[in-house]
Amino acid sequence: MTHAGTQSRPQHRSWWRENQQKLTPYIFLIPGVIFFLVYVIIPIFESFWLSGFDWDGLGEKEWIGFSNYQELFDDDAFYTSLKNNVIWLVLYMLAVPAGLGIAIFLNQKVRGIRAYKSLFFFPFVISQVVVGLIFAWFYAPNFGLFYKLIEWATGSGIAVLADPDLVTYGIIAAGLWPQIAYCMILYLTGLNAVDPEQIEAARLDAAKGFKMLWYVILPQLRPATFMAVVVTVIGALRSFDLVSIMTDGGPFGSSRVLSFYMYEQALSEYGYRMGYGAAIAVVLFLIMMVFISGFIWKMVDDERKGL
Amino acid sequence: MFPRPIEQQSRAVQIGYQIALPLALILWLLPLIGVAITSVKPASDLAAGNYFGLPSALAFSNYGDVFTNSPIGQYIWNSFKVTIPTVIGTLILSCLTGFALGIYRFRGNIWIFFMFVAGNFVPFQILMVPVRDMTVNLGLYNTTTGLVLFHVAFQTGFCTLFMRNFIRALPKELIEAARVEGVSEFQIFWYVVLPLMKPAIAALAVLIFTFIWNDYFWATVLTTSKETQPVTAGLYSLNGQWIAQWQLVSAGAIIAALPPVAMFFLMQRHFIAGLTLGAVK
Repeated sequence: MTHAGTQSRPQHRSWWRENQQKLTPYIFLIPGVIFFLVYVIIPIFESFWLSGFDWDGLGEKEWIGFSNYQELFDDDAFYTSLKNNVIWLVLYMLAVPAGLGIAIFLNQKVRGIRAYKSLFFFPFVISQVVVGLIFAWFYAPNFGLFYKLIEWATGSGIAVLADPDLVTYGIIAAGLWPQIAYCMILYLTGLNAVDPEQIEAARLDAAKGFKMLWYVILPQLRPATFMAVVVTVIGALRSFDLVSIMTDGGPFGSSRVLSFYMYEQALSEYGYRMGYGAAIAVVLFLIMMVFISGFIWKMVDDERKGL
Repeated sequence: MFPRPIEQQSRAVQIGYQIALPLALILWLLPLIGVAITSVKPASDLAAGNYFGLPSALAFSNYGDVFTNSPIGQYIWNSFKVTIPTVIGTLILSCLTGFALGIYRFRGNIWIFFMFVAGNFVPFQILMVPVRDMTVNLGLYNTTTGLVLFHVAFQTGFCTLFMRNFIRALPKELIEAARVEGVSEFQIFWYVVLPLMKPAIAALAVLIFTFIWNDYFWATVLTTSKETQPVTAGLYSLNGQWIAQWQLVSAGAIIAALPPVAMFFLMQRHFIAGLTLGAVK
């Protein structure tokens, strides 16, 4: 009896020993992959499927095909949100050159510069909810700092967040504040790694100022620029917090963006419209796909070269 | 170094730079400074129209008022209850996935890797309806557990990317040598690779802490009551209650911002190392 027992154990062991290099990665991947599939990958497809239903989130789902999308194309609020998303995307890009500018300004070795760098980076660390409150105070009619400044300069103040034509720009300005800080830190790291010999060589060729930046520095900063563009595009399309906290989409829905409108429709106080919300999310996803596929394409490419 | 080091410039430029630095900083942080000053102003100052001048007295009592008149203490506790388990859970999962994807060559490696990367880029709003529905069905709606589970899953995408790239850069010879010695794969993970991952773990811990603490969207989607809501969602409702009491709003905002700010200043090097991964080749 004992004989058989001792024999089967080493056999089992050697099977494991032979195959452990093949099996270990799968064992290690299982928990992470399951979590990610259940909470991220599968819900993406579920949203596509749900966008074909009329559903209040509780009762029976009713299949209505593409009706949600048809409704969407006649919905003025949808177009307002879409237009605002485009404005966000375009203006948010200013964070990239602005971040580069501040990074160049701060890339020195004087006393205390480290503290300056971290304080400039500060806005990125605080929550967007807090940023939103700070700027709401900044813009507040009659006593906000910004309102007073405009009043002092032009004679009459502007209530930015109550003006349907200006409100989106006001919120974007608030969003740019942390985003510029983020781009700045990416560029500071990039500038640190710029090859000093190339700069010296270019200096000997009498390159300086803007020419130096354009032809010598920026090509070397390409990884930083790539990262800065990626995070800025994602930030612009995900914008929700600031709109919610500063205006709740108002006045008259003029500051809505797609993500906010989706939330409003899916979980609104007038009854949940999950299917319609999912349809808006799908549109947002498709816009993002245009960018994501570009990013992923570049990453796959880099990865292939690296392997 | 670009731009040309300031020490090589004329004296005038150097002095100009030294003056420009603090001015630029004050301008940059102006909204924040304004809010910080407002948070220590007595309510009477604001009523009397003293919005910008120095406070007539330092009213630190605003901070006390925020704690006694609102559930902000509870909100902050909830934030910790969401943030800390998320950090731990995400780190465990991503150490495992990062090890698997970083060390082994097997079929599907790159595709699993890109699943994590791509999932990490999606506008997470598209997940809202299904994730909310699933959380309701699991009986976890309006609980911190429900929020933690989602955060762990979503952050695993970014962390896997980070860990995998970090492990890739480790010297392969170490692992080969261990294998020759007959060390099992699990032991390689535990005794060889994991100790070398400490910097990556530290960087991710601070980053995830900040991201999750500052999350607002999922907090509003998955929690509703003051017993479960984190401080970001809590501030939204307090802001509605405190209309025009800017000294309270400001104090509340500053309290909510403190933990990630403290984390950042304590662990700055790790924080920036994590954030700028990929900014240099």
